[in-house]
Amino acid sequence: MSADPIYTEMIIEYSRNPSNFGKIENPHIHRHDSNPLCGDSIDLYVNVDGNKITEVKFDGKGCAICMACTSVLTEMIQGKNLEEVKNFKKDDLLSELGLGHLIKTSPVRIKCALLSLKALKYGIYSYFVDKMNDTEAAGNLKEEAASLY
Amino acid sequence: MQSTTYSLDSIRSDFPVLERKVRDNKPLVYLDNAATAQKPIQVIDAITDYYKNHNSNIHRAVHALAEESTEAFEATRSKVAKFLNVANTKEIIFVKGTTEAINLVAYAWGRDNVQKGDIVVTTEYEHHSNIVPWQILTQETGADLKYIDIDENGELMLEQLDEYLATGKVKLVAISHVSNVLGTITDVKEVIKKCKNADAKILIDGAQAVPHMKVDIGNLGCDFYAFSAHKMLGPTGVGVLWARKELLENMRPFLGGGDMIREVHKYETTYNDLPYKFEAGTPNVADVICFSAAIDYLTKIGMDNVRNHEIELTEYALEKMSKVKGIVIYGTKDPKKQGGVISFNFNDVHPHDVATIVDKNGVAIRSGHHCAQVLMEKLEVAATNRASFYIYTTKQEIDVLIDSLEEVAKVFKL
Repeated sequence: MSADPIYTEMIIEYSRNPSNFGKIENPHIHRHDSNPLCGDSIDLYVNVDGNKITEVKFDGKGCAICMACTSVLTEMIQGKNLEEVKNFKKDDLLSELGLGHLIKTSPVRIKCALLSLKALKYGIYSYFVDKMNDTEAAGNLKEEAASLY
Repeated sequence: MQSTTYSLDSIRSDFPVLERKVRDNKPLVYLDNAATAQKPIQVIDAITDYYKNHNSNIHRAVHALAEESTEAFEATRSKVAKFLNVANTKEIIFVKGTTEAINLVAYAWGRDNVQKGDIVVTTEYEHHSNIVPWQILTQETGADLKYIDIDENGELMLEQLDEYLATGKVKLVAISHVSNVLGTITDVKEVIKKCKNADAKILIDGAQAVPHMKVDIGNLGCDFYAFSAHKMLGPTGVGVLWARKELLENMRPFLGGGDMIREVHKYETTYNDLPYKFEAGTPNVADVICFSAAIDYLTKIGMDNVRNHEIELTEYALEKMSKVKGIVIYGTKDPKKQGGVISFNFNDVHPHDVATIVDKNGVAIRSGHHCAQVLMEKLEVAATNRASFYIYTTKQEIDVLIDSLEEVAKVFKL
């Protein structure tokens, strides 16, 4: 294997036993997204209380990278404020799994790694715009989500 | 009689890209031939020669270069006809690929011959290019689209075709000669016989057949046959639609524009003769001309030898792959019944993870849905891995694949 491994123990472990795997009925935020290339397909469910994320779950099918990154993302945003999550950067997620190198080395697999973050950003955007009727709070989340990869 | 000696070393030395090192200086092991084939130096030289010495537009101007180009372009048409045992060269239509060929039929034949209540039949193992055009056509016309299912060996359940044909409503059966995912070879003779008896037209997607085996359109008896040059050592952007002359003559044009006309007036146009009626606009002159070199190359090797080489490789690979821990192989698993294509998965490992690990060893396989999502649904998987072989593939390369697959099993603790 090369100097920048992808399939670390952590990734394999998360892909086999994903965190927060499951469904929330009638969640405040629900976003489905898929990656036509890999066939990764996930649904992200988030409940909020005021501005705070109280519960996060996801389900779906995907490759090890997608499953691991989505798992870690759900762990990272649990209990966080929506404002903090809005400012969440792709490096914040990738570095948690030691996958920062993917941005340079694998323009293809980066899509697997960032699918959940894209879904999250779009989901929060829709939450602000459609449910809270607050386009200002939504900010440039939509553009940001679209330009993640 | 074709030569029985197959000089793999000499063939490989004609393909510059096979000398490449990839990733961490690993020799390239190219096993994605079902997606596209590599090009021999003869084809690469032909395209350079064309642009260096002959480049010009065809069919119109009378100057020397135009004459040379036109002649070379039409010589390729004759060569294609000969290669497929087609007697009438005018039945060879150049398009940009199999996809365009099928869309041409759906548009130019389908819209006038398929009506509400009619049936178009396709199969579960088709490429999207032989499904989506028929969905569009049947949705537009109110006709029904029906599928021939596959059994657990990845073979078509042809008794379903009998049932559809018995309704007397089937206008067209559109079917692959060889499945691009499973490699299953369709019993096209049987399918054609059934269609003829029921007076249904039959289109064959030969994208995975013409590059790999002898295809004798002259004796097959189908109505439409489509394939692409780039999967048979030729350039991208060139494909062929063959259809019987009577059908082509009665079809409306597909694209309107230059070269496809005889006379244009303000409100009416008369169309050109075959094949030009279906070749509007400046065609892909350079690539059509250098496709000629690809056909010469395959003719020299002999298509029976190509097929035998692939049977040998498939047999070798199937035997070794089946021993890898945790692997599931799809399809007939019978080298005589399938092309040089093997689709597989590991228990719970996503195909893209498999492809990434083997890629580190320089092995190029394809992972994904292979433009066959209907088949993926049937197999109940999101995607598969696919290794596909060609004239230059060696057993040593298959060994590298097997070692890499064993690495996958190790990494994922299968």
